[in-house]
Amino acid sequence: MNLEAFTPWSSLAGGLLIGLAATLMLVFNGRVAGISGIYGSAITGSDPAPWRWAFVGGLIAGGALMLPLVPELFTVAYDRTPWMVAVAGLLVGVGTRYGSGCTSGHGVCGMSRLSRRSIVATLTFVAAGAATVTLVRILGGAS
Amino acid sequence: MSKGKQIAISFVSGLIFAIGLVLGGMTQPSKVVGFLDFFGGAWDPSLAFVMGGAILFHAPAYFLFVRRHPNPGRFSLPTKSEITLPLVGGSVLFGIGWGLGGFCPGPGLASIPTFGVEALTFVGSMSAGMLLHHVLTRKPAAESQPAKPSPSGAHPTPAD
Repeated sequence: MNLEAFTPWSSLAGGLLIGLAATLMLVFNGRVAGISGIYGSAITGSDPAPWRWAFVGGLIAGGALMLPLVPELFTVAYDRTPWMVAVAGLLVGVGTRYGSGCTSGHGVCGMSRLSRRSIVATLTFVAAGAATVTLVRILGGAS
Repeated sequence: MSKGKQIAISFVSGLIFAIGLVLGGMTQPSKVVGFLDFFGGAWDPSLAFVMGGAILFHAPAYFLFVRRHPNPGRFSLPTKSEITLPLVGGSVLFGIGWGLGGFCPGPGLASIPTFGVEALTFVGSMSAGMLLHHVLTRKPAAESQPAKPSPSGAHPTPAD
């Protein structure tokens, strides 16, 4: 284990805020805070309701608010080439839409409801992510 | 609820969501890779605390408030419960992309203000991937819409 990189308290605090945000969406708007679904339906035009754009705008504004306060929390610092990142984005885009959700919709919202589909999806994407990271490390990454 | 209020709540929710992602460490793709690297000898379990913290807050809110609400029709929750090929196959593709780039959709969007090459490349190609899915699935009835509004009065299936 990497104890130097381990940030249990700030990660727990961040998680609680994410839970609060998801709860606001569900309780007041009756909506699941699934980011791939909200963003995907907005940009593809399949359901471009203004509330979706407002949520995406809030996400970007939140990043802009935090960036000058804690620039170190936006450090990229890894060995992936831009091409790997481009392929990664494509897979995330296609995969989250076929899979009906991502880390937020399945991992947070669906898991909180004990949804069978979300539990299966979360176990699947964490396992696939771990296998990929392991493979990239063994093959030497991009370096 | 008025449309303006709905939009305001969405914005505030997105804002708080992004602050949580940043504080939690999700906008550092190298940290995400460190979390997914279970077998590398330097595992960083922090991000499990992000998901854990979020569920710790959201699950009680769902079970104590939403599930007991006298008018369940006001919540648009997914009603599907079958494990399908698109669900599993899509999640495999998503997981590969997550491990390869270290970004998932939320942190990618929240990282746009950095104007970093990685974040912008990721969001650009993720958007392209979503459009590709949209084009590929346009003719048959959309299979992958998680949050269709349930008809008023319909009780959401507890399992999903």
